[in-house]
Amino acid sequence: MTQCAILPMLDDDEREFALGDYEGAVARWCPGCGDHSVLTAVEKLLVAEQLKPEQTVFVSGIGCSSRFPHYLKTYGFHGLHGRALPVATGVKLHRPDLDVFVVMGDGDCCSIGAAHWIHAIRYNIHMVAMLLDNSIYGLTKKQTSPTTPQGFKTNTQPFGSFLPPLNPLTTTLGTTNVSFVAQTAEWVPAHLYATLRAAYRHQGFSFVRILQRCPMYTQGMYEAAVRDPGMIELLVHDDGVVAPELDKIYRNRATHDPSDLDSARRLAEDSTRIRLGLFYRNESRARYDLLRKPPKVTSSERIALLNQELDHYAV
Amino acid sequence: MTAVAAPASPELRIAPTVLNRAEHTIEIVSDAGEGAQKCGQIFGAVSAKMGNGVWTVEIIPAEIQPPPRTAEGASGNRVRFGTGPVTNGGDETNLVIAFNEQVLLGRHRLGALASDAIVLLENSWATSSNPDIRSAWDKTLAELSTTSYRIIEVPMEQQCLTIDENPRKGKNMFALGLLAYIYDRSLERIDEQIAYAFRKKSEEVYNRNVALMRLGVEWAAANLDFRIEVPTHPPTEALVVMNGNEALGMGALASGMELCAMYPITPATSVSHYLAEVFSKFGGILHQAEDEIAAVGVAIGASYSGKVAFTITSGPGFALKTEFIGLAVITETPLVIIDVQRGGPSTGLPTKVEQSDLLAALFAEPGDAPRVVIAPATIEECFHVVVTARQIAETFRTVVIILSDANLSTGVQPFPRPQLKKEWLAPELDLAPVKQGQRPYEWDARTGTSPRSIPGQPGGMFTVTGLSHDEGSKVAYGAGVHQRATTMRSRKLAVLQQTLLRPAINGDQDGDLLVVGWGSTKGAIEEAVERARAEGIRASSVHLTFLSPLQPGLKEIFSRFRKVMTVEINYSDQPGDPFITEENRRRGQLAMLLRAQTLCDVDCWTRVPGEPLRPGFIHQAIRDAALTLTGARP
Repeated sequence: MTQCAILPMLDDDEREFALGDYEGAVARWCPGCGDHSVLTAVEKLLVAEQLKPEQTVFVSGIGCSSRFPHYLKTYGFHGLHGRALPVATGVKLHRPDLDVFVVMGDGDCCSIGAAHWIHAIRYNIHMVAMLLDNSIYGLTKKQTSPTTPQGFKTNTQPFGSFLPPLNPLTTTLGTTNVSFVAQTAEWVPAHLYATLRAAYRHQGFSFVRILQRCPMYTQGMYEAAVRDPGMIELLVHDDGVVAPELDKIYRNRATHDPSDLDSARRLAEDSTRIRLGLFYRNESRARYDLLRKPPKVTSSERIALLNQELDHYAV
Repeated sequence: MTAVAAPASPELRIAPTVLNRAEHTIEIVSDAGEGAQKCGQIFGAVSAKMGNGVWTVEIIPAEIQPPPRTAEGASGNRVRFGTGPVTNGGDETNLVIAFNEQVLLGRHRLGALASDAIVLLENSWATSSNPDIRSAWDKTLAELSTTSYRIIEVPMEQQCLTIDENPRKGKNMFALGLLAYIYDRSLERIDEQIAYAFRKKSEEVYNRNVALMRLGVEWAAANLDFRIEVPTHPPTEALVVMNGNEALGMGALASGMELCAMYPITPATSVSHYLAEVFSKFGGILHQAEDEIAAVGVAIGASYSGKVAFTITSGPGFALKTEFIGLAVITETPLVIIDVQRGGPSTGLPTKVEQSDLLAALFAEPGDAPRVVIAPATIEECFHVVVTARQIAETFRTVVIILSDANLSTGVQPFPRPQLKKEWLAPELDLAPVKQGQRPYEWDARTGTSPRSIPGQPGGMFTVTGLSHDEGSKVAYGAGVHQRATTMRSRKLAVLQQTLLRPAINGDQDGDLLVVGWGSTKGAIEEAVERARAEGIRASSVHLTFLSPLQPGLKEIFSRFRKVMTVEINYSDQPGDPFITEENRRRGQLAMLLRAQTLCDVDCWTRVPGEPLRPGFIHQAIRDAALTLTGARP
């Protein structure tokens, strides 16, 4: 923010950050929880991009996945259920110099915080928003979430979830000014990492849905897909998520140009198979953070300006 | 009622009678959208600039365009002005300009007009081609004929049509001309004020409005047999004149805050209208969020990452923000919240004044969430309170709530021009490395205060959390940790309280009755106390600026009076009403608070009329209370 305050750190710009520089408290998620994989991929990304820990902010809501910031040694904001995006918006509007990541669960993002989700897509402020979607409320012990499959039995809908699940991809792709939508899965670490890297590099609001298993409550949900990579269709393109190491395992591939919104919407709508990859990217969308960048004004200038204002009201 | 036949020609006129008055209260009322508010605003501003004390109150229907010509739809402006300072809206109106007889009837039925009020009434309706309108006119004038108002019919539409083909657009400036003549206002100053009011419009619009105003002056000079002189004293010090919401907005600029996130809500929104125009050149961002919750969330995110930020709302919006306010308290994220109160609960009275958010401001969150609550009492305080709030929020790492209200928001009053200081501005961000070993909440064991680190500061990385946590921001559910952290957050209020001044007593330092008020009622209470004292009643008053923490010395001050009574614009049960007993009586909000904090038997006189409390009514309440002390029945 203030250039002079950063100056003493210039020597340290030679700092090289290793994994340990980003490690916070020991993660307390259940063994086998998909959150662990996401944390690992994120740490790998932080190292690869050499993000300064003090310039990086992770904002989360409430839920299992929202403990995420505690397990990193960056700045973190573990706030309210559903409200990570407004906090992240405030951070980024006031401090555009910071790198901001948002971690939300499916209840957080798609239910209680849905209003903020829609508007954050439209604001298109430069940040990475991760939806850690295990299709269940875990922390409060197995209640139906908006993404719970129809018929799936939970403690609040014990005879099976009544409605078809909300599709976070079509919701996002259907929102005005959408600029980056990708889907990946925690059990495909190479794809997860490559997706997060593409999201980080995108200039705008990157929305990444990460399919996850909850070892306690939705263990079997993706079991077939985990066992049989053939059930997964990778969206591939030179401008998409590029992870060559997956070529031999995931042979079921579809070429999709991520600049093609119509095609992205069709692919997202079709629920007959699980698709991982970059659905859409458009860096020419309006960016609220760029539109709202105020000038730097010194104290003396402020006082002079305010005196001019008072002149209008002078008796 | 005495109707005046206008003289046929100027030659036959005799010089107008000049009535001398120390103060006068006028109203301009119209259907919504006819510009009566603009007329009143300009008249108020010009009167202030010429050296009158002024207080204006807007008369606002809840709808943007309520049906025309209805008693409930009256929209306009009320200006009380005098030779000396004017601190409140006063009692009854002395002179009214009404654009139709129905809005006049509405004001009459509300008891807004003095019994000898002069009424200047548009008379085109008498000859309307619509028989319903003609009959409504006849019926209303018959009803008003039982009053002793002096009703003067004015052919406003006929006159305005000579300049503007849309009479709905021109009457307000014509009315301004009438007032300019009657009160001998400076036409040059009015021209200037019209230019400012229409600064976004074309030259042609300005010229037309000035012409309409001058037409009003000419008509009045040719037809009215009176003028009213309210002597002006050109101010000896530099003054500014603005409404409370503009003052809040300018106060925010003077505080150096750089981000305001809000969601539109009456009567708070005009603060953001003002900021939307000017904030960016001050390096600020006015963010209109997707909802009230997001608005406070964005402000908290900004505050967390740098300079203190603020949000502006009113009761219903405040209710939605409470979870986030609790988060700001537990994470010790500084935050300023401006609540411009309106009538409630729920949607309530969106455009009308009430002081019903006090206890919500103090206690709305589940859990223990101590925070600072300050209530400005004047337009001038609306300006300075924001600077103070920002400083307290930063110093104590806490939430500061400013309770303004609909009376202050649209009230216009001149006040000494603030002498701006650099130290009022939030300092530039310091991103120096955090001291080695400094923990996120390095609570001073005595004061509970702690320095905060912000993103960008090397060595200070930590995760704030709304979960119970220790000094290291480590989530901890242990009994001892929660007890200690809660104590530290609470202690800050006690420390702040020790720095506050005892409230000044207005009137004798002891006596029979002490009236206690807060917020926008100050002027009306003090005027009422003064009237009562002139009658020999031993009454005084104190006005509280800080509601949380309360200012020191209250219990001792209360002990000097035989009776202590709050006066508030919120609800309380009336003693003597069915089922109401001393035990079950629900009291005014400040009264409840003071009873709890001082163990004094604090009584209350409160009303929720949807308008500012009139000094005359408070005066009567003081008389009644004094009578109970002498044993006589009121």
